[in-house]
Parts: sequence; C-alpha cells; structure tokens
Amino acid sequence: MASLTETPLIETNGLTLHFGGLKAVDGVDFRLHAGEIHALIGPNGAGKTTFVSLLSGRRLPQAGTIALGKEDITRLPAHERVRKGIAYTFQITSVFPRLTVFDNVALAVQSLGPRDLAARTRAALARVGLEGLEAQEAQTLSYGHQRLLELAMGLALNPRLLILDEPTQGLAASEIDDFKTLVRSLVPATTVLLIEHNMDVVMDLATRITVLTFGRVLATGTPAEIRANASVQEAYLGA
Amino acid sequence: MTGAGLKIWTLHLALIAVLFSAQYWLSPYHATNLARIMVLAVFAMGYNLAFGYTGLLSLGHALLLAAGMYAAGLPAQLWGWSAGPAMIAGIAGGGLIAAVLGLLALRTAGVSFMIVTLMFAQAGYLTLLYFAPVTGGDDGFAVAATSRTLLGFDLSTDAPRFLAALTIFAVGLGVSLALVRSPFGRTMVAIRENEERSRMLGYNPFTVKLAALTISGLYAGAAGAAYAILFGYVGASFATIQYSILPMLYVLMGGAGTTLGPFLGALVMFVLIEAATGITTAHQFIVGAALVALILFAPKGILGTVRERWLRWLP
Ligand SMILES: Nc1ncnc2c1ncn2[C@@H]1O[C@H](COP(=O)(O)OP(=O)(O)OP(=O)(O)O)[C@@H](O)[C@H]1O
Ligand SMILES: [Mg+2]
Repeated sequence: MASLTETPLIETNGLTLHFGGLKAVDGVDFRLHAGEIHALIGPNGAGKTTFVSLLSGRRLPQAGTIALGKEDITRLPAHERVRKGIAYTFQITSVFPRLTVFDNVALAVQSLGPRDLAARTRAALARVGLEGLEAQEAQTLSYGHQRLLELAMGLALNPRLLILDEPTQGLAASEIDDFKTLVRSLVPATTVLLIEHNMDVVMDLATRITVLTFGRVLATGTPAEIRANASVQEAYLGA
Repeated sequence: MTGAGLKIWTLHLALIAVLFSAQYWLSPYHATNLARIMVLAVFAMGYNLAFGYTGLLSLGHALLLAAGMYAAGLPAQLWGWSAGPAMIAGIAGGGLIAAVLGLLALRTAGVSFMIVTLMFAQAGYLTLLYFAPVTGGDDGFAVAATSRTLLGFDLSTDAPRFLAALTIFAVGLGVSLALVRSPFGRTMVAIRENEERSRMLGYNPFTVKLAALTISGLYAGAAGAAYAILFGYVGASFATIQYSILPMLYVLMGGAGTTLGPFLGALVMFVLIEAATGITTAHQFIVGAALVALILFAPKGILGTVRERWLRWLP
C-alpha cells in the first residue's frame, strides 16, 4: 500500500450536494490512496451513490473540490474523467440491452483506441467469466451475468480508479468468490473504491473503510478499526 | 474478413449489380425514375445515419438537401462551374450547414431538437425566398447544359445520368456500410441506445452527434447537388418541410438503422405514389394509409422486421 504521506489518487474537500433540503452529500473530506481497495459503506440513503457520482462527474457538486492526483477535476465533464482513468460501474445495471455482449465491452475497449479491439474485448470478457456469450444480446443474460458484464465494461476501460457500486448484488455465492479473487487481482495497478452492503465482502477485501451516514463521514479506518468503532456500531453495523 | 462480413458485402454488391443491369431491362422512363430514386435514397441514407443509427430525429434535413442543391447550382448558374466542381461544392455545402446546424441545435434533444431543426429549415427556406432574384425562389432555375457535363459525358441524357446516379448511390451505400460496421458505427448506436452510459465509457455525446449529423449533411448535400446536376433544376421548394419529412418516411418504411432500408423505403414509396396517382387524385391518402399500416404492423420497417424475424446478420 502507498504511504499515506504521498499525494492521494483522489482527494475531496468539503464536497457537498443537497437535493432541496436533503443533504445527500454534506461536506465530505475524503482521501483515496493509490493501490488500495477502499470500501464505502453506510445505511441505505447515506449518500454513497451520490458521492461517487460526484467523483465520476455524473453530477456536479454545489460546493467543495475534487482532485485527481494534483489536478483539480471538480468541474471536468464525466467523459473526460473516464479518459483520465476514472471508471464507474452502475449500481442499477446499465448495460446496453439491445447490443450484444461483445459490443457492450467493445464500446469500452475502443474508447481507448482501436488496436486489437477483438482480442482486448475477449480478454475483458474472459476475466469476468463471460467468454462464449459474446454473440448474445445483453438483455438475454441473467441478472448476475449482467452485473458481470457491467464489471467487464469497467475493467475494459483499463482504469486507474475503478468505482464499483454494489457489484455483488444479485450474484450467487460462487460468483461472489470469483468476484473477490478478481478484485484482489486488480490492485495495486488499479485502485478500487467499493460500495458494498455485504459485510463479509467488505471485511475480506477492503484495506480501508469509510463509513457515510446522512451525507457525512462518520469514520475512516482499517477494517479492524471500523469494527471496533462504537459510533459505527451504533449507526450501522449494530443496526 | 469474417464469414458474416463477406455475406454482408456480397449482398450489397449484388444490389449494385442488379441496379446496374436495370438500365438494360427498364424502359427509359422507368430508368430515369430509378435514377431519381437512387438520388433520393442517398438523401435517405444520410438521414438514416443521423436518425436510424444515432437517434437524432431531425425535422430540418430539407435545409441540408437545399444547401447541397444551391451550393452546386449557384456556382454553375453564376460562374458556369462544370459538374465535377459543382458536385464537390454541393457535398461540402451540405456538410458545412449540417455542422453549423449541429453546433446550434444539438444543445437540445428530443422534441426540442425536432422543433429547433424545423425552425432552422424554415428560416433557410424563407432566406431562399427573400433572395429570390439570385435563388429563383419557389420557381427556381434551370441548370445550364454546360454545367451538366462530366468528363465529356452529357449528364442530361439517359445512360450517363443513370450511371452517375448509380455511382453516387454505390459510393454512399458503401461508405454507409463501412461506417456502421466500424467502431464509430458502434459508438453512434451506443449514443442512440443510452447517451448517459456512453458518456461513462468516455464518449462525448455532443461530438459524436455532431459528427453523425455532419456526415448526414454530406449525404444530403451530395443528393441535392446530384439532383441539380442530373435533373437540371434548382428551387426553393426543395427546402420545404415536405423534403424534411420525406427521408424520414423512406427510412421508417424501409427500416431505420438498416443499411438497405433507405433505398428500399424510397423505392416502395415511389412505386406506391405512382400506383396511387393512377387510381385516385387523393394519392396522399393512400400513402398515409400505407404508413399507418406500417406503423401498426411493422413498426421497425420492412428490413427492421426482416432482421428481427429472419436475418439477424443484416447490418
Ligand atoms: N436525484 C435525486 N433527487 C432527490 N433526491 C435524491 C436524488 N438522488 C438521491 N437522492 C436522495 O439522496 C439520498 C442519498 O441517496 P444515495 O443514492 O446516494 O444513497 P446510497 O447511500 O447510495 O443508498 P443505497 O445504499 O440505498 O444505494 C437519499 O435520501 C436519496 O433518496
Ligand atoms: Mg447507492
């Protein structure tokens, strides 16, 4: 793991987005270090998806800043952040239902350049275990396979930071084991920010954990520290 | 090339071959009609790239057709340009106006985009009327015979005109097929299917749509210029809303998002109107009824339905 003194891969300061009176993200200071698997946890409606939407550029904040390395990306359009290496996989599966599995992943691959398109696409599919399903329309896949396709699209972008929003939702137990192996194989080349409700997955994978409640950071630390944290117990884990 | 690629290109080449042979077995009257259909099909192929593949429902393509027509026709009229340069000017004119239209209209989407493109096309039409002393207004003007020759061939005569129309059609079809099978073709479809998801894969929807619309404008410009040169007439009536609706009908009839749909749609509509005109003066009604039937029973158009039911490999 990278030393905590070097420039974080992602740093947010005072990041804020309110929906009317609802403080979805409320002054979040957050540091993500290169090479870690960082889990973002918190109860439903805590603001996790909204927070990563700000990181990926799907939404713009009302206040605060986001830096990627030393660069301020607070106002950078989403597609340019993708090109800078921030990939986002959707919580609500968002593949192209009427396109083939191959085309879905090829779209991600070709946005980096046209070289070896077919081979790189097949490689990304093989990493998530979807090889052989290339010619199928995405909408004909099972829900679990669509989650894996979503993951393959994120991987195919060859990102520096991969944001996974509840990736194991709807996966079978055996698929979750494969998923854990896969995520471990990504670091340290790729940094992973993982939103996850399955605590076994979080405790197994994460090198650090940030807990959000009501749009604010309740605690940040190693899995052991978070488990021992009384206010986290009260707000979330004990619930 | 993969097996599917070979099959697809063979199919398209076979169509070109059949069309080439048509000049030998069609009467001159019908051959001239077919030349007209091929030119209109080029217009529709361009519309299809924007609408069928990229999902841009424009109601302003008459502006782009007229841009090509006048960009070719005016230099011919004013400075006696010959067919080659006039054709190139027409293609460039269509592309240029499409790019400007896109820069302004692509800030909107959906219904607003339809309205904005419609307004720009109306503004274009009124501009042509306003400058009637130069443009000829609704009456238009005839293109001089000297501007209708290419490499010594007189394009106002049957055989050269047919071959010129076929050549433009063949190039348009080949480019369109290559485009939709390329990575950019995949990107266009992605924008049509889900713009937000495409953005999160690193694509800028605005630039993709602008490129698609500009390419569409090159096609419209080529069709407008070809019409002026091959049929010898330029007029503001080609900038009316009717010519914005026409390519949409062709594409819907033949199958939006299919490479051969625009031609098939143009052909079927043309034949339908011919037949209807023979039976009744209310031929618009018959065309309308055919379209209602199509929307009800085959909303994906002829080739869209064929692809869905039988030939999954159709591009
Ligand atoms: N577009 C929106 N407009 C209004 N309120 C919104 C919008 N998006 C999210 N919210 C609200 O903001 C809060 C945070 O939502 P968010 O989706 O970020 O939570 P989450 O932590 O991802 O929850 P979950 O674990 O259920 O996915 C919720 O109360 C939600 O209802
Ligand atoms: Mg969420």
